[in-house]
Amino acid sequence: MRIDVKKTYKLFIGGAFPRSESGRTYEIANSKGIFIANPAQASRKDLRDAVVSARAAFTGWSGATAFNRGQILYRAAEIMEGRAAQFVDEIVAVEGISSTAAKKQVQEAIDAWVWYSGWCDKIGSIYGSTNQVSGAFYNFTIPEPIGVVGAFAPQKSSLLGLVQTIAPIIATGNTVVVVASQKLPLSAITLAEVLATSDLPGGVVNILTGITAELAPWMGSHMDVDAVDASGLTAAQDKELRIAGTENLKRISTFKAETSPQRILAFMEQKTVWHPIGI
Amino acid sequence: MTFEYAPALESTAVVKIKPEYGLFINGKFVPAKGGKTFTTINPATEETLTKVAFASSSDVDKAVAAARAAYSKVWSKMPAAERGKYLFRIARILQERAREFAVLETMDNGKPIRETRDIDIPLAASHFFYHAGWADKLEHAGMGSSPKPHGVVGQVIPWNFPLLMLSWKIAPALATGNTVVLKPAETTPLTALLFAEVCQQADLPPGVVNIITGDGSTGSAIVNHPDIDKIAFTGSTAVGKGIARAIAGTKKAATLELGGKGANIIYEDAPLDETVEGIISGIFFNQGHVCCAGSRLLVQENIHDEVIEKLKRRISMIRIGNPLDKNTDLGAINSSAQLARINELANSGDLEGAERWSPACELPTKGFWYPPTIFTGVTQAHRIAQEEIFGPVLSVLTFRTPQEAIEKANNTPFGLSAGIWTDKGSRILWTAKHLKAGVIWANTFNKFDPASPFGGYKESGWGREGGRHGLAAYLKGNH
Repeated sequence: MRIDVKKTYKLFIGGAFPRSESGRTYEIANSKGIFIANPAQASRKDLRDAVVSARAAFTGWSGATAFNRGQILYRAAEIMEGRAAQFVDEIVAVEGISSTAAKKQVQEAIDAWVWYSGWCDKIGSIYGSTNQVSGAFYNFTIPEPIGVVGAFAPQKSSLLGLVQTIAPIIATGNTVVVVASQKLPLSAITLAEVLATSDLPGGVVNILTGITAELAPWMGSHMDVDAVDASGLTAAQDKELRIAGTENLKRISTFKAETSPQRILAFMEQKTVWHPIGI
Repeated sequence: MTFEYAPALESTAVVKIKPEYGLFINGKFVPAKGGKTFTTINPATEETLTKVAFASSSDVDKAVAAARAAYSKVWSKMPAAERGKYLFRIARILQERAREFAVLETMDNGKPIRETRDIDIPLAASHFFYHAGWADKLEHAGMGSSPKPHGVVGQVIPWNFPLLMLSWKIAPALATGNTVVLKPAETTPLTALLFAEVCQQADLPPGVVNIITGDGSTGSAIVNHPDIDKIAFTGSTAVGKGIARAIAGTKKAATLELGGKGANIIYEDAPLDETVEGIISGIFFNQGHVCCAGSRLLVQENIHDEVIEKLKRRISMIRIGNPLDKNTDLGAINSSAQLARINELANSGDLEGAERWSPACELPTKGFWYPPTIFTGVTQAHRIAQEEIFGPVLSVLTFRTPQEAIEKANNTPFGLSAGIWTDKGSRILWTAKHLKAGVIWANTFNKFDPASPFGGYKESGWGREGGRHGLAAYLKGNH
């Protein structure tokens, strides 16, 4: 008889896997209430550290070519495919759904990476413009990544909601601090292991596990977070975050669980440039 | 060296100001409940122009109800191409009555007739013409195959470009099938009320556009009204943040065009004579009452002295005075409150150790005036380098390398506009790429067009106005 080697579920910050600086963990149970794991319970300090990592990674990631970013997102799909069985096992254990349903969720998550990978070098062509102004000027508008985005992944989905949250944010060069579903966080840390081996520079994606209500106000008031995907918050948490976010006029959005170019555009700024035409 | 010009006054005969104006609700002018009014003055003379109605929250209720009824019964049901024709009509009437609008705007606002005649009014008309053509092409706006309007839009606009800001707000709202309750600024209500007459002349269905006058409390009643679906606001960052707080947790959408502290970057290889003209237009256009003004000049250190010398010579040529004189370059400050704000901030420049310079110039004794002013030796920590002055006051800083220029330019919570002056194309594109600003003028400044999206990064606001991107902000997608 052999005893299983169980995984310690830690945070993912700046490409490393630290425990919470607070030393805290919280218990995760399966759908039948049986203990599964003690993931890290991230603190305000962990969130702030993650924002520092995300900001540091922004220049490099947004400076990479769109083609390069597209390949890295596709690489995440490749590596997830190879670890699909592990994701399925975790989803079955935590969500208590059938392995067929879990497998479908994993496949859709992999396909979401592929879909957003393809958007990386097309979003500017489709949603930018050259503008026919009256006068001898060349005038164009290009979408640019907004910076550091905070995100609260949907609460009811282990993996698919998380990938649908992360992929559109980072596709254009943003970096992200994402708080995983409070009760379904295990896939998030396994996803971090995928990203850590996908050529994604450290700090582009930072994943926190913990208590959503505890972390949301700090995300809302953080002056170096430019935008937030608040999909995983309750209405009351969402309102509180929006009020805190007015301090630096964060762009705050929520989405239904779907893939859409609007999810990409919500975290971009449109820049318009004028230049005279002449000889 | 000063040139004496013979005065060339624009006649005010074309404008007939009524002794009193009501609120424009459901296609008619009506008094405010309780008959409350306030006066509007000519800031160049301090003479009272007329009285306008002061809308309370019950007047706002009436206006919103009219807009809601017009939305559900008329405007949302009208074929899009027909809706567009009303906007074409409005554009044409604005062109036909352009002189009247220009003179009235200059009287109510204090800005030079040269600007209202050549910029504000033609651009306002072109905004309606541009958006008229969008009305039946909304499936191409980038919001999916059958985008929908929000419904009733509440709009609050500033005093610096009264009719132009009205057109930026109303034209896209109507083109996309929304109806409107708009409040012009307290100190500049008159061209908005004249625009209400244009709506009547165009036979626009009653209630599609409602214009109500008042102060901040009226604006607040619009923002907080439960039957308004979207807010569009142009004004200060402080008020914009208040609006964002007020609508948090509601279903209201919002676009906010807020403050700025635009960096105008002058590289050593810039063509200096053209650059100086661009600096002048960047900070003295419309008395500097411009959210996207180039109010922080960043000059490469080795050409600083030469640029400042040329700039001073050019500023000495600026003609200040009667805004109705066609020779006037710099008109009146819009209000005594704004003049006090400019004084307070500029005085902080003296106190914090920057060096002030203004040309020798005579200011009129009546009205609100501020001379064109530059501060040299400004550091990034100075208030005049960080806060929006919204007046004819330029802060000059220096840099040595392009990287330093970017770092200083982006060292602000704002992100509305920036300028780049250099002869080198690759440097323009590199600089534009690294600036955190929504509108970048390279080898030009303060250019506006209905086809060109306008709006800021960071605390300069949410969303864009103008172009396809601005239009999309008035639509809900089905993507």
